[in-house]
Amino acid sequence: MMRADALDKALGRERYALDLAPADCLWAGAFRPGGLSGVAHGRIVRIDATAALAVPGVVRVLTAADVPGTNLQGIMHKDQPVLCGDVIRHAGDPAALVLAKSAQALRAGLAAMRADIAPLPGVFDPVLALKKDAPLVHAGRAGGNLLLGAEIAKGDAAAALKAAPVVVRREFSTPVQEHAFLETQGGFAQLLADGTLDMTVSTQAPFRDRFEIGHALGLDPMRVRVRSPYLGGGFGGKDGATVQCLLALAALHSGGRPVRMSWDREESILAGYKRHAVRLRYALGAERDGTLTALSCSLVYDTGAYAHLGVEVMELGMEHAAGPYRIPNVRVTGRCVYTNNPIAGAFRGFGVAQVSPAFEGLMDELAAKLGMDPAALRRKNALRRGDVNPCGVRLTSSVGLAECLDVMESHEFWTGRTRWRADAPRFARRGTGMACVCDSMGYGRGLADMAIAKVELAEDGGFVVYSGVSDMGQGNAAAFAKLAAQELNQEPGAVHLVQPDTALCHPSGSSSAGRTTYTFGNALLRACAAMRAKLLVRAALPLLADEAASLELAPGVVRRKDDGRSLPLAALARFLTRDDRICVAEFLMPVAQNPPNTGKGFAIGFPHLFFAYAAHLARVEIDELTGRVRVCDYLAVTDGGRVLDRSCFDQQAQGGAAQGLGYALFEDFRLERGRILTRDLSTYLLPGALDLPDIVSLAAAGNEETGPRGLKGVGEVGFDGAAPAVAAAIADACGLRLRHLPFTPERVLAALRRGGKAGRRA
Amino acid sequence: MRLCFTLNGQALDIEAEADRRAVDLLRELGALDVKEGCGTGECGACSVLVDGTHKLSCLMLAAQLQGREVTTAAGLGAPESPHPVQAAFAAHGAVQCGFCTPGMAVAAAALLAQNPDPSREDARRAISGNLCRCTGYVKIVDAVLHAARAARGEEENGDDNGGGAT
Repeated sequence: MMRADALDKALGRERYALDLAPADCLWAGAFRPGGLSGVAHGRIVRIDATAALAVPGVVRVLTAADVPGTNLQGIMHKDQPVLCGDVIRHAGDPAALVLAKSAQALRAGLAAMRADIAPLPGVFDPVLALKKDAPLVHAGRAGGNLLLGAEIAKGDAAAALKAAPVVVRREFSTPVQEHAFLETQGGFAQLLADGTLDMTVSTQAPFRDRFEIGHALGLDPMRVRVRSPYLGGGFGGKDGATVQCLLALAALHSGGRPVRMSWDREESILAGYKRHAVRLRYALGAERDGTLTALSCSLVYDTGAYAHLGVEVMELGMEHAAGPYRIPNVRVTGRCVYTNNPIAGAFRGFGVAQVSPAFEGLMDELAAKLGMDPAALRRKNALRRGDVNPCGVRLTSSVGLAECLDVMESHEFWTGRTRWRADAPRFARRGTGMACVCDSMGYGRGLADMAIAKVELAEDGGFVVYSGVSDMGQGNAAAFAKLAAQELNQEPGAVHLVQPDTALCHPSGSSSAGRTTYTFGNALLRACAAMRAKLLVRAALPLLADEAASLELAPGVVRRKDDGRSLPLAALARFLTRDDRICVAEFLMPVAQNPPNTGKGFAIGFPHLFFAYAAHLARVEIDELTGRVRVCDYLAVTDGGRVLDRSCFDQQAQGGAAQGLGYALFEDFRLERGRILTRDLSTYLLPGALDLPDIVSLAAAGNEETGPRGLKGVGEVGFDGAAPAVAAAIADACGLRLRHLPFTPERVLAALRRGGKAGRRA
Repeated sequence: MRLCFTLNGQALDIEAEADRRAVDLLRELGALDVKEGCGTGECGACSVLVDGTHKLSCLMLAAQLQGREVTTAAGLGAPESPHPVQAAFAAHGAVQCGFCTPGMAVAAAALLAQNPDPSREDARRAISGNLCRCTGYVKIVDAVLHAARAARGEEENGDDNGGGAT
């Protein structure tokens, strides 16, 4: 069955947030003085809007003084000004908002803005930011630059490492990554006569946005209406306010006119959220037979100028820091640190993407040290259902890692790896590498992961599903339509979807965390079951049935099972009031029972109970003359429970792996004292169609009993395996252990030239 | 300036500033399927056909449309009669967020117009100027080859005999 949204998108008929903006909009744009001056940390001495206001078509220039409310946005920690008044803390910080009658006037107005910024000492390295005399990103903050320090401790890792006959200790680093969704941040807003602030925006969390806007601008969140049409990509970068508070502020000052804002690509790179860069120090201990005994690591996450989701990202990275293995003694320390770098936040793989290259890099080295097959070492330690995971959680949920390994190890890419390596052409080296990963589903304990589904029988006899969770491209909307059509036994075309709108739909959390189809899907199945039960009872009288059980829902009708006489749903709908044609049901994701007391310093969201698992394999060819690493073949084997829609499942696996390969090989985000050097897509290189292989996606047989139709979310896990699999393949090809992403030709070539000694510091 | 050109089969005779970007003008004229992803010719989302040739409308000025025939994704096909590329994109999982899709469909249609029997490599090359952040390109390339077969009459539009979709 075709994805419900696919044809309209292919025909160019789908409308994204800015396609819906009215023609009479004012144009709003943020003035970001640090991006121009190259000053990432500075005191705002003066903002001069005189020249800008003289530009024909410029209507207003707003500054921090015009912001009602707290002027602080942030999802969990409110520390990010909507407009900076005293200090800018990173190059993309906005200090004013310009409103103009046209795009041209806005451009001219922004160009005419002047600011006097007195540079302050900056801090751009998260480790240096923790030193006593480091400049403070948030002056006067009690904790200094340490946003949060936390720890996971199970058993006695230090003693077990001391006792372990084999120990591998290594350091790793992972870089900033840009989401680079094709649709940049944008939307439009209007203050209506009745006081409602009506906003259409490309967002992953429309319901939560209301509260972020309300807090920052001193508005009643329930007077804010947010609509979220299909997103042109999100990947985490539209989780939390991007344009929302600025747009709302503009709408408060536009005299009731609608206002639009769209960031161009450079602004998107300058001001958008990034993947956290992380420094990782690891030690892994094992018995001589490969049984893991201890893991200890310390992680430093660079959250940039503001907290955003830094704490939550780091906590999830910590929770996954030991990988999908049975390890009795674990100690993970994490520090999330402010710097004057761009703001980091959610990005597919949410903290886990950063730890995967580290724990899998060590597993690979351990296998080499022990003379073991790398897949056999993983299999020996792989978590199984009923095991206690590294954080102390007993896994009562489905665990399909062994099944993933079964599929991977029987694939010709793995069985034929010796031959393939030997067939390397001249001046090239070939290698095959693999990695195992897991990634959690949902918000975790302490932060209710809930969805509320609403289904309506429409007057025409069709059904309307009111989605509470944005579709950023992953296909959850189509999955909802499919689930509803199946559950209501209707033709797919009979189910119409309403995209999230806080005035029409019910709050169902963010589009994130691999939770979307699981949580909302479960709620939707319940709502559909209630609808079916209701309609059978309502049809009993007109169909002269004594029991609902003698009736069934069939495409377009309720039908008697005995003689097939039926009542069209359109006719039935006419008998019912609108209230009676609606069913609402909710679902709350189960959490780990008797949670272990292993986490210290965690706020909320720990631990998790459900995980998707994956085994990934990469075959690479390294050009000895240029250092270029070409991924020739790639295999992603995923345990996502039962597969509801194979095409959508493969899309997630292939798309996740592609972004992971970009992270591993191509995407080299360059910063110099907080200034972004890779300011556009000609310098920040995304993988194109000629850069990637035909990524093969296979499913491991599985079933998650609590999931809708047995599924688990697979949106996140597909990312995590690529970087470690590529690193392992490079090591197989030429013996180099690269531990610092990305593996650009320059780095690989330099490492090749250093030869056998290389890899210590590639 | 007075600007006369054809947009998706419709003859236009309008007043427009010569130095406006074509992408802005086309969108203003209602061609909202023309997307802007970068504005600097890197991403391909604004791809259109100009006299049948694949062009980036963010790098063109309005004046360059004078006397031309411009086709956007919406002009390639309609819901009841999609272009083989559009039907294949939908049937074979080539569409995720869909923001690159109109431009991608234009690039693929331009390929098939020139080369009715492209190889996988040909298809990859033809879309290599169009970035997609969602798919990893596998299913897009699959779909281009399916579309070519459908256009040659070797399979039905929208057949799904290889994607493994359920």
